[in-house]
Amino acid sequence: MHIGLADYLLVAGILFTIGVLGIFLNRKNVIIILMSIELILLAVNINFVAFSAYSGNLVGQVFALFVLTVAAAESAIGLAILVVYFRNRGTIAVEDVNQMKG
Amino acid sequence: MLTAIAFILFSSLLILSALMVIASRNPVHSVLFLIAAFFNAVALFVLLGAEFLAMILMVVYVGAVAVLFLFVVMMLDIDFAEFKRGGTRYLPLGLLIGGGLAIELGIVAFLVFGPATQRSVPHATTGGLTNTAALGRILYTDYVYYFETAGLILLVAMIGAIVLTLRHRTGVKRQSIGQQNAREPATAVHLVDVLPGQGG
Repeated sequence: MHIGLADYLLVAGILFTIGVLGIFLNRKNVIIILMSIELILLAVNINFVAFSAYSGNLVGQVFALFVLTVAAAESAIGLAILVVYFRNRGTIAVEDVNQMKG
Repeated sequence: MLTAIAFILFSSLLILSALMVIASRNPVHSVLFLIAAFFNAVALFVLLGAEFLAMILMVVYVGAVAVLFLFVVMMLDIDFAEFKRGGTRYLPLGLLIGGGLAIELGIVAFLVFGPATQRSVPHATTGGLTNTAALGRILYTDYVYYFETAGLILLVAMIGAIVLTLRHRTGVKRQSIGQQNAREPATAVHLVDVLPGQGG
């Protein structure tokens, strides 16, 4: 049995789908939603690295590095906002986040 | 053959851990399964020959991001059981969107890339160098501005996170070095003349 590009793409696709499903499944819990976003970005990274390896071009790995950077920054900022929000409101339920609604 | 077995093992573990991340009832378990998913993704990257990205993924995701998640989950005092009530209301919509997406991605993976690349192997992209050396060679020359931009993004994220979570609490005793240095024996030391028998 031989492992080709399509197998990696399939794994990344399943991972991406699980991430999207997680956002819908845990609509109330922001922490799980942030984790689902991390899963989605991981799937994208697997795609980039698989294409890079199978096409013999290193640029895909450079871009995967940037995706990783943005993912780390995003989770840091997101969790900081979450901590501040919890400090002010005492809850992190997504449905209660409507302070800015007119 | 060994590569195929390793790929199947790691990818199935990756998908299983990812499923447990979104299905687990306890968020601490979710974070731990997220760490497991990252480890399996690292193994997949090593199979693809991207050693540098594998190490970076280990350091950044497992070492920093997952621990950050763990801190936040444990620091916030939240009743997580409350979130689970009535949580399946959006399941049909999620299954519809997720299933549609999965079918589309499968079609693309197998019809577009399946037959053409089934016999291709991962190329040696590096021309005799190790993966890390080759990556550094193009990262510091052709893509140096993008590299600097990534550093800038991290700086902005760091400052933003610090500014967001910093707070000045009142009623906390703090050290004031100026006041300490300004003290003199005349104001700091009191000599008390205690009479015999009354010092107790």
